[in-house]
Amino acid sequence: MAAGNFEKYKSDGSIGGNVLEWVDARFPATSLWKGHLSEYYCPKNFNFWYFFGSLALLVLVIQIVTGIFLVMHYKPDAALNANGVPIAFASVEYIMRDVPGGWLIRYMHSTGASAFFIVVYLHMFRGLLYGSYRKPRELTWLFGVGIFLVLMGEAFFGYLLPWGQMSYWGAQVIVNLFSAIPLIGGDLSLIIRGDFVVGDATLNRFFSFHVIAFPLVLVGLVAAHVLALHETGSNNPDGIEIKANKDENGIPRDGIPFHPYYTVKDIVGVVVFLMVFSAVMFWAPEGSGYFLETPNFYPADPLKTPPHIAPVWYFTPFYSILRAVTFPLFGLDAKFWGVVAMGASVVIFAFLPWLDRSPVKSIRYRGPIYKTLLTLFVICFFILGYLGTLSPSPMGELVSQVCSVFYFGFFLGMPWWSRMDKFSPVPDRVTFK
Amino acid sequence: MKKFLIALLFAPIMAFASGSTAHVDKWPGSVSDKAALQNGAKLFVNYCLNCHGASYMRYKNLLDLGLTEQQVKENLMFTSDKIGELMRVAARSDEQKLWFGATPPDLTIITRARGEAGNAGAGADWLYTYLRSFYRDADRPTGWNNTVFENVGMPHVLYGLQGQQVMNHETHKLELAVPGSMPPAEFDKSVSDLVGFVVWMGEPQQEFRRKLGWFVLAFLSVLFVVAYALKKEYWKDIH
Repeated sequence: MAAGNFEKYKSDGSIGGNVLEWVDARFPATSLWKGHLSEYYCPKNFNFWYFFGSLALLVLVIQIVTGIFLVMHYKPDAALNANGVPIAFASVEYIMRDVPGGWLIRYMHSTGASAFFIVVYLHMFRGLLYGSYRKPRELTWLFGVGIFLVLMGEAFFGYLLPWGQMSYWGAQVIVNLFSAIPLIGGDLSLIIRGDFVVGDATLNRFFSFHVIAFPLVLVGLVAAHVLALHETGSNNPDGIEIKANKDENGIPRDGIPFHPYYTVKDIVGVVVFLMVFSAVMFWAPEGSGYFLETPNFYPADPLKTPPHIAPVWYFTPFYSILRAVTFPLFGLDAKFWGVVAMGASVVIFAFLPWLDRSPVKSIRYRGPIYKTLLTLFVICFFILGYLGTLSPSPMGELVSQVCSVFYFGFFLGMPWWSRMDKFSPVPDRVTFK
Repeated sequence: MKKFLIALLFAPIMAFASGSTAHVDKWPGSVSDKAALQNGAKLFVNYCLNCHGASYMRYKNLLDLGLTEQQVKENLMFTSDKIGELMRVAARSDEQKLWFGATPPDLTIITRARGEAGNAGAGADWLYTYLRSFYRDADRPTGWNNTVFENVGMPHVLYGLQGQQVMNHETHKLELAVPGSMPPAEFDKSVSDLVGFVVWMGEPQQEFRRKLGWFVLAFLSVLFVVAYALKKEYWKDIH
């Protein structure tokens, strides 16, 4: 239900009531509160998968708040200090050692980056399970894909800032990808770097993007994502529209107000999430070398290429797809088509609302074809992710090619296979035990 | 649906099932042994800090090892007279590059940097093995080589303690040709202490971090009980 058309607040004569009446006459306080929380009706049958939207919002807040404190001590400077260490790198260790509580803030931010992607991947997977992207929620989904793209950029820019070996060479590799674009490629990568190699100019502009430009866009897109969702109302594990069945007051019979029901439920989810988050942060902040890559404990050295350059785990599925393209086509080299494939593998999610032609939304009422293909898709995604952390090998190349073909086949074949399944009848009301 | 989720559960295990083969000895020490860390600090300052810096580390952090300011100043501070100073190296990096072929790396976080994906603690094992694997090699400019870091520029700084090992080219094993001042078991213990200090120095608050984790988890567990009860209470009317 959209915000608006709620009655203005009338004071009960108390001071608090008078203040609220004064505010409400000038600002849509009551209607915002009601429209988005206390009278926003959600299906009552949300399950485990519906925690990850609010958790993503929580991680965004964690990242912004810890980021604010990190910026107070971090120095985006590639020049060497008196000990021969880049100032940016030394400032991170300064935060870890000499800033009171700095290690905690820094680990929250570094663990938060990985947590963000875990939560967002699970949130996206929920969409695949229950057809949340289908009509009428296409715009919500598109804003979501936008968030994912911006998040990838945000993570990429942020990863350069510690100015370690992997920061440096990872950025070098990724920015060089743009040079594969015909005609404009060379100039484009030059503009991105601000120099002929990754250097101080790159560090400073990435810092600017990471702390200002991208967070700003991210917050805007998140607002649009939530507004669009609240316009249509939420989907649910049964994939049926609760607004199709309203009582005499116009309230969906299967709907319950977000506040207090889902606020108290989400608090439980938040606490469980924070337990997992804290366990990683306090006991394994390196995430076994996947959350904080170990070569990044060496300061950036432009003269020393590491033997193996691997992106952080959350990029590795797409990185594998990039590496899987090993042949030139139409006179353009393999690198270019790799970049195209990698870009397409991310952007293709945006087309899901129009690729899926199944008569039902939820996996609960879809048949074996969807269940099998989705399982294989997830397995492919994991395999691609794992291969992306390894050095290239002939076997790995072959496996990643097979997985990449399946990855794209899953999406491109969807208009056909999504219709062929065996569907079971969809109930009129949501399933609630 | 259930089966489907179970299949998903196993997907990552299948994808991540792979082994790595590394011929390094496991570091037997721990960062909670204060006496060992103090011994390690002594060895580090006497043998390592001459060429390698520990430039993110301050001398005052050594007080956390249970030492007094007086003890640190008298026994461990050779490159500075201020306790708040960084543990810098006196040698100049450009000169060192001439002497050894490469600038000796800063050692503050070297065990973290030497970790591996999937095993962040591998750096300690590597260092423990590396420091015990030098052998005589007349072909090298320093007269020393190393089995885990081939043709390393660094000479065997601890040879006075360990003695001199040579490579038996038939068994491909190292043998002690000239004994040092320490019996092998004692030398291994000293290296373990030294590695312990380097691991500790990589993150001096790591013990506190792990301990704090228990308090945070205990608090969250209580909060979970309260939050869950609250949710149950609100939801009991929803049918």
